[in-house]
Amino acid sequence: MKTPARNGRIVPDGRRRFLKGCLGTAGAAVAATVSSPAAARDTYERPAEALGLLYDATLCIGCKACVAACKQANDNPPEFSTADRLWDTPLDTSGYTFNIIKMYRSGTMATKDDEENGYAFMKTSCMHCADPSCVSACPVTAMTKDATTGIVAYDAEACVGCRYCVVACPFGIPKYQYDSPTGKIGKCELCRHRYKDGHYSACAEVCPTGATLYGRTSDLLAEAKRRLALTPGSVTTYPRGNLSGGPDQSYEGKVAKYKQHVYGETEYGGTQVLKLSAVDFEKVGMPYLSPKSSASTSETIQHTLYGGLLMPFAVLGAMTYVARRNVHHEDDAPPPAQPGKEES
Amino acid sequence: MSALHHARPAPVGGSLFNATTLVCGVLMAVAATIIVVRLFFGLSSTTNVNDGYSWGIWVVVDVFIGSALACGGFCMALLVYIFNKGKYHPLVRPALLGSLFGYTLAGAAITFDLGRWWNFWHIFWPGYFNVNSVMFEVAACITLYIIVMWIEFSPVFLEKLGLQDARRKLEKVLFFFIALGVVLPMMHQASLGTMLVVMGGQVHPLWQTPIQPLLYLLSAIMLGYGVILFESCVAASAYRRHIELSLLNPMAKVMLGIIAVFLVVRLADVAVRGALPEAFRANHVALTFWAENACLLATFVLIGTVEARRNPARLFLAGITVMLSGILLRLNGFLIAFDTGPGWSYFPSVPELLVTIGIFAAEVFGYIYITRRFPVLPREETYAQPAHS
Repeated sequence: MKTPARNGRIVPDGRRRFLKGCLGTAGAAVAATVSSPAAARDTYERPAEALGLLYDATLCIGCKACVAACKQANDNPPEFSTADRLWDTPLDTSGYTFNIIKMYRSGTMATKDDEENGYAFMKTSCMHCADPSCVSACPVTAMTKDATTGIVAYDAEACVGCRYCVVACPFGIPKYQYDSPTGKIGKCELCRHRYKDGHYSACAEVCPTGATLYGRTSDLLAEAKRRLALTPGSVTTYPRGNLSGGPDQSYEGKVAKYKQHVYGETEYGGTQVLKLSAVDFEKVGMPYLSPKSSASTSETIQHTLYGGLLMPFAVLGAMTYVARRNVHHEDDAPPPAQPGKEES
Repeated sequence: MSALHHARPAPVGGSLFNATTLVCGVLMAVAATIIVVRLFFGLSSTTNVNDGYSWGIWVVVDVFIGSALACGGFCMALLVYIFNKGKYHPLVRPALLGSLFGYTLAGAAITFDLGRWWNFWHIFWPGYFNVNSVMFEVAACITLYIIVMWIEFSPVFLEKLGLQDARRKLEKVLFFFIALGVVLPMMHQASLGTMLVVMGGQVHPLWQTPIQPLLYLLSAIMLGYGVILFESCVAASAYRRHIELSLLNPMAKVMLGIIAVFLVVRLADVAVRGALPEAFRANHVALTFWAENACLLATFVLIGTVEARRNPARLFLAGITVMLSGILLRLNGFLIAFDTGPGWSYFPSVPELLVTIGIFAAEVFGYIYITRRFPVLPREETYAQPAHS
């Protein structure tokens, strides 16, 4: 079947035209994909000078000085979970609580750091991922990762409040202030606003046992591996405060029975906050994550489909070509009725 | 093939005041009131969203499901203008109208769910937007598509206002907007699936796959046809018009083809990734997975044969099963099979539900208003309407 001759030439019928369009589109799409092999995006690594924390759960005594210091440093209001409302008693991190110590409890809770009939502590705060999901998810660059320090920072002025970061984070870290008409996202930014005054992360500054240490992640990772290599029960030196500079505040203590795993060394391409524990990490709320970040998978898909807008434009070109031939104006003079025309 | 051989669209006419529009009006007023409360007192004043489930039904239902259910327009354009099946032309305008409202209201819905909505323009500002973000692609693409759809639909208004010159000028370039109106929804409907990828292990393995964009695109297309089946049956029944069976029958067959492709891709993907054992566990997640896919199989049972597709009741039910499956696919990925860790739960609050209902009421009201006053539905020739205009 032929459609009417237009401008003196024969227009092929719809099916052939469509197939031509399809071939053109597919060709362009293949060309776009093949010509940009850089589309596949690897998991990012930590910057060389990345800053972070080392939290050693076996040293933590659960005093929550870090929780209070964090509140003060970030000018956050107290949150209550008890009837008397006397003390700041948040049960989890929130839009107003960026750091919290949680407790693992088992059976009689007789001994610290025992999985059975024991208890243990775990710090919950931003891990400052090498390849953060929140940064990849944020549509308006309100979440950024500093190229030098690697600190994952939040800019409320840029934020639209879509909360994709809240949903995307595997650690459940960015939190939103739902009770406010102008709510912001709240999360640990490693006290980057205190550096200019010579301070560092408040949680590490106040930690009495050095359970939370501040420093370069490379130094913290070396320290973590040193501890894992020690014999449980032996005595060693534990630094406190700032590992990568600052006065020596170290003390001697007994080595615990660590799980032989530095949490954060490889998870999602590595995090800048590292953790040691004597209790299985999953049991204390740290999910096991593959070394490949989900941000890299997501961005590989996006760059393959939309990189340089090549594929959308190729498809748009093909569609425009096909649509131009198939769209008829209803106001044009009607063509003479054609024999054999399909009726509706 | 030209549309000239079809009945030209004409306003249905009739009163705008009836029980349906009255109910819609009340529901819209209730929703508007709740939205005002939300804007002054924050999200927790009206919704149950929390840090474990930060996206409630205002995002997942109003935007993700609402926009997918609004794919009828793009699916008809695909059939008529790209595959050159001109005979379906009478279905284009009503389908486009449904899409126009679905998307415009989805766009409105996301605005009051945004925690910092006054910054919304950052999505389009080069200094702010992040091209790596799936959300950026979705937001930018949906906004652009809403504008394109109003342009695509504007001949209807120009026709009504008697601006034939403007209409003719617009129609000279309309092919480009039609092409855009096909490409843009393909992009963001696919990306709505990609949104799940960055969430990693929080999304159950039955829904966490890198081929998510393909699944969501296929799902959006079959939903588009499903919605047209549903809408055509409802419009025919409500306005006491005849059902365009000669068009719905072959269109339903196209839909079945896409459903078949979807099912093959879906099950092959689950099997290849080794997630199939998850589907045979005794839990609610496995159950909802089977419900999602059983809806699609039910469609084949309902309208698998040409005879069955001549039965309006079966077409109507098939439209519903396809819509249910698409709704479940999205609810499952983003809410039911989304697990952010122990201690979190979410079920929408009553005000939250009322806003979502109000939004759908606004769509119904808009559809009634436009079809009664503007030339959208094909002029009825056999079933003469009372004289008007």
